[in-house]
Amino acid sequence: MDSVPLFPEQATAHAEQVDALFFFLLLVSGFFIALIAGLLVYFSIKYRRRSDADRPAATASSLKLELTWFLIPLPIALFIYIWGAQLYFSWARPPDDCMEIYVVGKQWMWKFQHLRGQREINELHVSVDQPVKLTMISQDVIHSFFVPAFRIHQDVLPGRYTTVWFQATKPGKYHLFCSQYCGTDHSRMVGTVIVMEKRDFEIWLAAGGDGSMAAEGRKLFQKLQCVTCHSADARARAPVLEDLFGAAVHLKDGRTVQADDGYLRESILDPDAKIVAGFQSIMPSYKGLIDEEEIAQLTAFIKSLRPGQTPRRNEEAEPPLALPIPRKTP
Amino acid sequence: MSTATLQPPSEESRPAPMEVNYLDVEYGVKSWLLTTDHKRIALLYLISITIMFFLGGAFIAVVRTHLLTPSGALLDADTYNKFFTMHGIIMVFFFLIPAVPAVLGNFLLPMMIGAKDLAFPRLNLLSWYLYMFGAAFTLWAVLSGGVDTGWTFYTPYSTASSHTNVIPAALGIFITGFSSILTGLNFIVTTHRMRAPGLTWFRLPLMVWSLYATSIIMLLGTPVLACTILLLAIERTLGIGIFDPALGGDPILFQHLFWFYSHPAVYIMILPGMGVISEVIPCFSRKNIYGYSFVAFSSVAIAVFGFLVWGHHMFVAGQSVFAAMVFSLLSYLVAIPSAIKVFTWTATLYKGSIAFDTPMLYAFGFIAMFTVGGLTGLFLAALGLNVHVHDTYFVIAHFHFIMVGGMVMAYMSGLHFWWPKMTGRMYPEGWGRLAALIIFVGFVLTFLPQFVVGYLGMPRRSHHYAPEFQVLNVMSTAGASILSVGYVLPLVYLIWSLGYGKLAGPNPWKATGLEWQTPSPPPPDNFAVTPTVTEAPYQYAKGVNVVG
Repeated sequence: MDSVPLFPEQATAHAEQVDALFFFLLLVSGFFIALIAGLLVYFSIKYRRRSDADRPAATASSLKLELTWFLIPLPIALFIYIWGAQLYFSWARPPDDCMEIYVVGKQWMWKFQHLRGQREINELHVSVDQPVKLTMISQDVIHSFFVPAFRIHQDVLPGRYTTVWFQATKPGKYHLFCSQYCGTDHSRMVGTVIVMEKRDFEIWLAAGGDGSMAAEGRKLFQKLQCVTCHSADARARAPVLEDLFGAAVHLKDGRTVQADDGYLRESILDPDAKIVAGFQSIMPSYKGLIDEEEIAQLTAFIKSLRPGQTPRRNEEAEPPLALPIPRKTP
Repeated sequence: MSTATLQPPSEESRPAPMEVNYLDVEYGVKSWLLTTDHKRIALLYLISITIMFFLGGAFIAVVRTHLLTPSGALLDADTYNKFFTMHGIIMVFFFLIPAVPAVLGNFLLPMMIGAKDLAFPRLNLLSWYLYMFGAAFTLWAVLSGGVDTGWTFYTPYSTASSHTNVIPAALGIFITGFSSILTGLNFIVTTHRMRAPGLTWFRLPLMVWSLYATSIIMLLGTPVLACTILLLAIERTLGIGIFDPALGGDPILFQHLFWFYSHPAVYIMILPGMGVISEVIPCFSRKNIYGYSFVAFSSVAIAVFGFLVWGHHMFVAGQSVFAAMVFSLLSYLVAIPSAIKVFTWTATLYKGSIAFDTPMLYAFGFIAMFTVGGLTGLFLAALGLNVHVHDTYFVIAHFHFIMVGGMVMAYMSGLHFWWPKMTGRMYPEGWGRLAALIIFVGFVLTFLPQFVVGYLGMPRRSHHYAPEFQVLNVMSTAGASILSVGYVLPLVYLIWSLGYGKLAGPNPWKATGLEWQTPSPPPPDNFAVTPTVTEAPYQYAKGVNVVG
């Protein structure tokens, strides 16, 4: 990084597009500032008061002029609006071939989990030219994930996933900031995004990590006794989770929801919120028994689950952590 | 606006020296603390908000000094967080919002419409006491340890995480809010019911239009803030889940409620300033205002549209793409009436006779700074671009251009313009111009670098920052020290002028407007005879009864 940069690095194609709009706006603003300032100076000189007896003639206003300065800014404003909205769409819609990474923000650090199992704190390794989608959640207050060189920014909320995506085009190290004030060490909640060449990244990815997130999730699935009910066999008392992710789920109350990260997380922490049609509300809440990183692992496991892959129920395993509490059905 | 008989008022109409004015009609502390005279209450507000302004300024002076080095020169993180929070709370709620309406508006509204007082004089005094009570609450919160949530009080930080005096500070704002509500109510009723004979809506000075528009926002918006603060206090004290997801609440709900008030509040701050500029420009260019009805209606349009754009503070907060699109579009639409105002003020100068007294210098400063602030608003309202600059110094620079470059300059302009009316004395013109120049230079040097450092990516509320941002931060701090000199100067010479300033006479600027047709300082009842209005305002130029 230069000693005194005046303009941020561009490390994504999106950054270049955002900057194009920025420069266009600078141009428009420059024009209007020059116009207004120019007129102020010109009028100030030309029409300065020469004698205390000056009494200029009144000017009647012209509707034409009034309409002109109403109708000229309007299309310019709408043009900028559409341009800005288009960029927003591309920021909000990740492409299909994204590599997924789970992010947990907490006072005052960033934790990352790669699907292959690597975990990092305040450092995020990614590969150049690979679209990356971050699924983010906070463990406490609101944080905001901000990488200026990518021109992306997304608040990280407690209790709800938000996502953001990018595709770095230039290897290098880039600032990661928390931009939403989050308490004492808010400004120390910073990190580095390390964009690596594809091959280097593969090596890095292969080097670390014990098991993949899905494998960790599988262990949890057994340890937490999820498998007891979600057993995918004749004794199952709960829905089969195979091929669930992304599918439409019909609920008891007649609604249909899509099984995404948010739905799975909610079903683990607050099972009664959405009950699948044909099932009883017998699942206990796992709130307090599982942290955000483990939820992400379980989700990764469920995502990976294809027909026939549900683990066998292990009869020798310990009983469930919390016994299912029978509830009255309304 | 002038009456048929007084055109233009001149030195001859200076009152006999024996006449009683509102300042010497009574003496003693009690006569001030129990007064119901809108002019005296205006002075009470003037003193109170001036104290708050310098207090808020002192906090930020320390913060800016701290930011001279990347790792921070002065404060530990917790203290730093408290300082910027208290700067924000004091400046927004205890200076910017009351400044023009409660000081200049209080003083001028009855005089501009030819009335003896506001519709509810005792309510007006109550408003001041509520303001003081709220301010005392907040000051107590500050002195007994401070508060560190930022002026925005975002949840769940403010309800679940902060260990500072959130509740007292928030309650101070809650109480002061009622001062705003009552002032708004008082102004609306006064404007409807107390206008002098002949003073139709389209003969009103534009200052009255903007105060009216402001009052609507105060009356309708402030209760939402009050509810929000109550909900916050309930969650923090009783643990009832409203905003905190851990308790089953929704943190975004807080942001919606907060900005539903706090965005219109921006217009509470700027609209009266626009009113001041609409008075000063015609006077010092001796022209009728160009496009009177456009300016008047643009104030109302801003007040109405201002209520519909709050979501533009939340483009990266997790609201839906559709909501963001609607809020962005509406934000562009609200920019249009503001642009119209800038064009109109500029056009008013055309073929005028322009004098460069201090109020006019500030008015020029206002137009320039407001234009920059407004145009950078277009950057922020552009969705894709907002994603990058959100919560950076770019935003800080933008709203300081509007609030300090715009609103504070307008306030200074108005304060100098009506100072002779309020005190009967002229301020020293040379010092006035010098201070205006210093403020202009200091302001630009403080806030222009912040646009650059913001686009580079420096997040706001940073106790620490990346080393490459240092040069721009040093520039900004240098500017702030110039700015502070610029603000202390008027404090000194205005106080000096109370005893030593030239006697002003009723109308030193040869201005139209009813307030100039009565002695300075005005008598307790403002006018000896209720004036009758026969023509449109701003009859400065040749050619009778030109409606703009």
